Amino acid sequence: MSKYESVAYYPGCALEGSGHAYNRSTQALGKALGLKLEEVKNWNCCGAMEVKNIDPKLQTYLSSRVMAIAAHDMGHKTVMAPCNGCYHNLKKAEYDLAHDAGSRDVVERLSSKAGHATYEAGTVETIHALDWIKSAIGEEGLAARVKHSLQGLKVANYYGCMYTRPRHIFPEKDQGAGSESTAKPHFMDDLLAAAGAENVEFPLKTACCGGAHTLSDSDTSTKLVLNIIQAAEAAGAEVIATECPTCHSGLEMHQVRAEKNFGVKTAVKILYFTQLLGLALGLSPRQVGVHENVSDSMALVKEKILR
Amino acid sequence: MPIHEEHLIRPENLVTHEQLVIDGVDVSGHWSTFIESRVVTDYNEALQDEIAALPGGEQIHRCWQCGSCTNSCTVNAINPDFNPRYWIYLIRMGMESELLRDRDIIWQCVSCNKCTYACPRDVFPEGVMKATAHWLELKGHTPKSPSMHFDEEFAGQVFATGRIEEGRIIRGFFARTGQALMQDWLVEMVKRLLRHLPVKLIVTMGLANVLKPRTRGWGRARAAIEEYVHEREQVQRRALGLDALVKAAASELDQPARGAQP
Repeated sequence: MSKYESVAYYPGCALEGSGHAYNRSTQALGKALGLKLEEVKNWNCCGAMEVKNIDPKLQTYLSSRVMAIAAHDMGHKTVMAPCNGCYHNLKKAEYDLAHDAGSRDVVERLSSKAGHATYEAGTVETIHALDWIKSAIGEEGLAARVKHSLQGLKVANYYGCMYTRPRHIFPEKDQGAGSESTAKPHFMDDLLAAAGAENVEFPLKTACCGGAHTLSDSDTSTKLVLNIIQAAEAAGAEVIATECPTCHSGLEMHQVRAEKNFGVKTAVKILYFTQLLGLALGLSPRQVGVHENVSDSMALVKEKILR
Repeated sequence: MPIHEEHLIRPENLVTHEQLVIDGVDVSGHWSTFIESRVVTDYNEALQDEIAALPGGEQIHRCWQCGSCTNSCTVNAINPDFNPRYWIYLIRMGMESELLRDRDIIWQCVSCNKCTYACPRDVFPEGVMKATAHWLELKGHTPKSPSMHFDEEFAGQVFATGRIEEGRIIRGFFARTGQALMQDWLVEMVKRLLRHLPVKLIVTMGLANVLKPRTRGWGRARAAIEEYVHEREQVQRRALGLDALVKAAASELDQPARGAQP
């Protein structure tokens, strides 16, 4: 029995809006695999990059409140965050609280004034949805449950920035066999391969989509997204698999923007890895929210997965 | 003398004399191209300390100028003028006027953290870029960047309610920056999104707009955050000597007015 069979689930703001398909598919996947997700009660924003830019210690406080609720109000040992931004920020708060007395002071002060328990480093473990499936089910467990193999589907696995950088906030990565790599992550590749997918050799796994400036410097974001999309197409991919709502909607938005504003039309489809795994396990496109994506992959899903 | 790697010299610092005789030797034209010598006198000796006083800039003093940050930089790959290594050098040297030449692009850092990943000295260059962009605005060298407008809109909603709602952020951001919301590509994206969406979900999304998701019982957290933000602002103003700057400017404005009095 895996320690990740029942975890506190922290969807975060994006998964209630533009990333709703990720929320839907993550929950559907958990249900299909018999894993229990208990949503963090009355959660707040992790602080995201925007609050970090204003003041990193405030971001640490906001993330710490989420972990405090999971630990003290709900008695959980693990918080699972599917959004790269949330995952990154909880990890960063954990690191700062363990290493920086100044951050501890601010969190203590704000927590007592706000009237909730102060989170102490090391009380919970924050994991990504990739860690969750990989540890709780594993490749073999997944392969045994596949109903519609992804065989023949060419996938580029795109991890983005926040899942691996900066590496000091992910002490469990780069620990040799079985651990995740920050230079060349492979957990998503492993899981999709177990579901039958044909992963292409994709050099831009951890390239930046420009999500930070998706609206404030749109031309830069469009260029960065085009790099990723065109590299995936050059590698022969039909689908880019994502694991972050900001990356995912960035790819979708700027694929449209590249077409509208730059006249560059690209054909590759964009799906969350949880959508691909859910489809492989026999869930319907609607159950994993394929209809909620901007990138219209319904035809590809019917032709290649639901044969 | 021909100048090697002439492209590295700014054109205005290259001088070619049509007619030039030195020690009886005619060196007109090509052979008389010189690099203008310059004397830098306007150092801001406090520049490094000012950047270090802002969030993210704390570790700038650790830099050894290896260039790993610029080498790994996402934005540098699309704009060679975006050069974190060089800016850190200028800040540490106190060469404020040189830094100001790039004032309009420093905010474009995308926070991909490749620099922070590559840095062998734990300078956290990504944080230094944010601190520098912040410094430029606080000192009045640049107007608020679109990115700062976005951060403030976003952070303001988090501080007020504990959460954000994307629709509100987008509308607030476009209003702040004076852009039309109905941009072609956004409209096209929404059209594509609505193609398959069931009515029920559209209604739910619309309701989220009206109901505004918020964290319950956030009032005390909000007050604590606002107090902290205000306190930090005061600390930063002091570190950058902004109050003294405002005072000096005010008295300068005051003087001619007083002089005009009979």
